[in-house]
Amino acid sequence: MTAPTPTAVSPGRAGWLLVLRDLRLGLRRPGEWLQPLVFFLVVTTLFPLATDPQMSRLRDMAPGALWVAALLSSLLALELLFREDGQDGSLEQLAVSGLPLSWLLLAKTCVHWLLTGLPLVLAAPIVATALGAPYAAIPGVLAALLLGSVTLSLIGAVGAGLTLGLRRGGVLLALLVLPLAVPVLIFGARATALAIALEPMAAPMYLLGAIAVLSATLAPLAAAAAVRISLE
Amino acid sequence: MNWIWFHRLGSPPHFFRIAGKMVPWFAWLAGIAAVTGLVGGLGLAPPDYQQGEGYRIIFVHVPAAVLSTLAYAVMASAAGVGLIWRMNVAHAVAASCAAVGAWFTLVALATGSLWGRPMWGTYWEWDPRLTSELVLLFLYLGYMGLRGAIDDTARADRASAVLALVGVINLPIIHYSVDWWNSLHQGHTLLKFGKASMPPSMLVPLLLMMLAFTLYFAAILLVRARGEVLRRERNARWISEAIGERP
Repeated sequence: MTAPTPTAVSPGRAGWLLVLRDLRLGLRRPGEWLQPLVFFLVVTTLFPLATDPQMSRLRDMAPGALWVAALLSSLLALELLFREDGQDGSLEQLAVSGLPLSWLLLAKTCVHWLLTGLPLVLAAPIVATALGAPYAAIPGVLAALLLGSVTLSLIGAVGAGLTLGLRRGGVLLALLVLPLAVPVLIFGARATALAIALEPMAAPMYLLGAIAVLSATLAPLAAAAAVRISLE
Repeated sequence: MNWIWFHRLGSPPHFFRIAGKMVPWFAWLAGIAAVTGLVGGLGLAPPDYQQGEGYRIIFVHVPAAVLSTLAYAVMASAAGVGLIWRMNVAHAVAASCAAVGAWFTLVALATGSLWGRPMWGTYWEWDPRLTSELVLLFLYLGYMGLRGAIDDTARADRASAVLALVGVINLPIIHYSVDWWNSLHQGHTLLKFGKASMPPSMLVPLLLMMLAFTLYFAAILLVRARGEVLRRERNARWISEAIGERP
C-alpha cells in the first residue's frame, strides 16, 4: 500500500491545526472541562460556610479563597492535559513528527487553558462579588487571574508530562506542581487583595507578568523533555 | 584541559573504588571538625548578650540550613550532568542526595522552630526563611515521590532530573517571592546574621560546624551513592571482582 507522500507542514501551521483539533475534541466533551469550573465554584462556596459569612470578613479572605480554589482546580484539570493523547498514541505521533515538540505542547497547553482556565477567569467576578469584593475591583481581579491561570497551566504542563502514564499520578502531580506554583500564588493573591482594596496593583502584576513570560519560554521546553522521557 | 578524570568517574567500578577510598577521609575529618566545633560552640563560646545560652542551637541550625540548599544544588548539578552526558553514576549521585537533603531541611526546620520558641515566643512563625525552607522540603518530597513512582530506573533518573532542574530555576523565585510576601506583613525577624557581626569565639565554631556538616554530607553521599551504584549494577561482573578482593 502506498502511503501518501507526507507534505511538509510548517511549525506554525501544525500548531494552529493542533489548536483546532484539540478545541474541537474538547468542545465535544463539555463535561470534562466544565468539571474544574464547577469544582472552583464549589470550593469557593465552602469558604464562607467554613468561616464567618460576614461580608467584611469574607472580603479579607476573598483573595486567598479565590487563588487557592483556582490553584486546586487547575491542578484537577491538569490530568486532562496529556492523558487522552498519551493513551491513544497521538502524543507519540507528535513526538516523532519532526516538529519541535515544545512548540506543539505549547499549543496544547494554550487550548487546555482556553478550556479549563478561561472559564474560571470568567467566573471569577461572580465569585469575587459573592465574597464581598466591590464592583470596581472586578477588572483587577480578572487581570490577575488571567495572568496567573496561564502561568499555572504552563507550569502544570511540566508536571503533567512527568507523571504521564503513572499509576499514582494524581496525588504525585499535586506534590510536584504545588511547590512550584508558590510564587504565582503569592503574587496573584497579593494583586487580587490590592484590587479588592481598590489600591494600585501594578507591582505584583509586573512580577506575575515576569513569571508568566519566564514560564512561557522555559516551561514548554521542560514539558517537552518530560513528555519524551515519559514516552520512552 | 584534561577531562579524563571526569569521564573515568562515569565508570561505575572506578567510581565505586574511588568513592570507597574517599569515604573514611571525609568521615574522619567530619568527626574531628564536629568535635572541635561542638566543644568550641557549646563550651568555649560565651553566651549571647541578648539570647543567653539559647543561641547555641545556631551551631546545628545554620549548618543544616546551608547544607539543605547545598544538597539541592549538588543534586541538581548531578542530575544535569546525568541528563546531558547520560552518566549513570551521576544519576546515582543525584538519587542519593535527595533523602539526605530532605533530612537536612527537616533538621533546619525543627531546630529553627525550637529556637523560635524562646526567642519569638512561638514554635512556628511565618518567617520567610522558615517558609522557603518548608517549600524546599516539599520540593525534595516531590522529587523522591516522583522517583518512587517510576519503576524503570532509567526513566526515573531522567524524569526526576528534569524536575530537579526545574526546581533549581524556581528556587530563587520562590525564595524571593516568599521574602517579598512576608515583608508586606511585618518585619518580624529579630535576628539578622548578616548585620550583627559575630565575635570570633562564636564565628570559628560556627564555621567549623559548617565544615563538619559539609564533610559529613560528602561522606554519607558517597556511601549512599556506592550503594546505589551497587544496586544498579547488581548483575555486573566487576562487583564480584570488587567484593572478592576482600572476603
